[in-house]
Amino acid sequence: MSQIYFSKDHEWVSVGADGLATIGITDHAQQALGDIVFVELPDAGRNVASGEACAVVESVKAASDVYAPLAGTVAEVNQAIVDEPALVNSGAEGDGWFFKLRLEDPASVSSLMDRAAYDEYLSTLA
Amino acid sequence: MGVRLLKTPLDGLHRRLGARMVEFAGYEMPLQYAGIIAEHNACRTGAALFDVSHMGQVEIADARAFERLVPGDITGLKAGRQRYTLLLNEAGGIIDDLMVANLGTRLQAVLNAGRKQVDVAHIQAQGVEVVTHFERALLALQGPKAVTLLPEGAALKFMDAAELTIEGIPCVVTRSGYTGEDGFEIGCPGDAGEHLAEILLARGAVPAGLGARDSLRLEAGLPLYGNDIGETITPVAAGLNFALSKKRLAAADFLGAGPVNAALANGTAEKLVGIRLEGRAPARAHAEIRVGAERVGEVTSGVFSPTLNAPIALGYVRADFATPGTAIDLIVRDKPLPGSVVALPFVPHNYVR
Repeated sequence: MSQIYFSKDHEWVSVGADGLATIGITDHAQQALGDIVFVELPDAGRNVASGEACAVVESVKAASDVYAPLAGTVAEVNQAIVDEPALVNSGAEGDGWFFKLRLEDPASVSSLMDRAAYDEYLSTLA
Repeated sequence: MGVRLLKTPLDGLHRRLGARMVEFAGYEMPLQYAGIIAEHNACRTGAALFDVSHMGQVEIADARAFERLVPGDITGLKAGRQRYTLLLNEAGGIIDDLMVANLGTRLQAVLNAGRKQVDVAHIQAQGVEVVTHFERALLALQGPKAVTLLPEGAALKFMDAAELTIEGIPCVVTRSGYTGEDGFEIGCPGDAGEHLAEILLARGAVPAGLGARDSLRLEAGLPLYGNDIGETITPVAAGLNFALSKKRLAAADFLGAGPVNAALANGTAEKLVGIRLEGRAPARAHAEIRVGAERVGEVTSGVFSPTLNAPIALGYVRADFATPGTAIDLIVRDKPLPGSVVALPFVPHNYVR
């Protein structure tokens, strides 16, 4: 199991053996959003800057942006969550991943939080 | 955050039930408990319980005096009956929409939370006495199984009102609601509110929050004050002609009667319509409505309909685009989403008449 990193915007990042960074929203984020009914993903091949809004999730009541936690190029998107948005609720940090990035700088993950730091960050938001 | 939020008499219960609380109209209110879709479906198929104690319960003794402020037939409202009506300003704009019940000895009105202070000031400024009971609790028990859970109210038909005792609690019960389903709204003393809610939950009602209340009322095509109706909008533009009494229009003896009669005679520039979208992306309030490149209106409420599994919206469009079947685009994140004007309600009402 590879190490998971977290952003302050409640995205998670996991870098696989292929060097691609899988990105999704955290379980905390899906709980806060509630029932997710629509997901819009970036096109493969798009270059995204760190912090750039590049996907959208809609719950019954409201829309939220999903930000690229790191800079890179979109290599792959998860069509399954477009077809079945509730997957984001049931498996935010697993099957409900959003897209994979080829990172501009593989070392950039070190700017993110680890699980313990993210949990600590969440406790400051309450 | 300098504003201290108000709490309803059911605040402790919401927290014990694990509700997610949000600010609404100056109150801390439950947005959801288990989740909006589950609560929504519970109301469409069973019975859901909403805390709507933030709404303002008031009593008015003089029906004739009050009638001058609304376009509905209030003096003709029989004891034990309730009617939907509107407080109008001189321009025929909607100050608030409200339910008025004739309880025999007095009228009871239920005012929107965000408007109750404005309404009371307006009613008093017009020389009509009004007694506020904002400390009271108000529960909405809604859904096809509501009457099974509240046999005390079984004798009531849609829009009947009665003073009933529920397990020793003195209540004002109306057979009405804001979901399109059969059900009851039950007012009681504030200090009995939690107990009444616990009785109804024990009988099998599912707690539901403001999120489901909004998706349910939108499916039922019912306007929300502040989103879909307001002080610059006439009842005619809002499609609320059913709330205009023919007798009162002919007599033109209520505040705003001139502009309302003119709107009926001449039509209005814009009309409130229902909108269905073709894809799954919802459009929200303030989304622009276009036909081709031309702006023809704006969305006032939008939600993903759990019943239809599709996005729905209400919005104002230029009157020449208000006919059901008219193809329109809603602009969301700078992209046009195709949709069409549809007749309301989106989901048929299920009232027991």
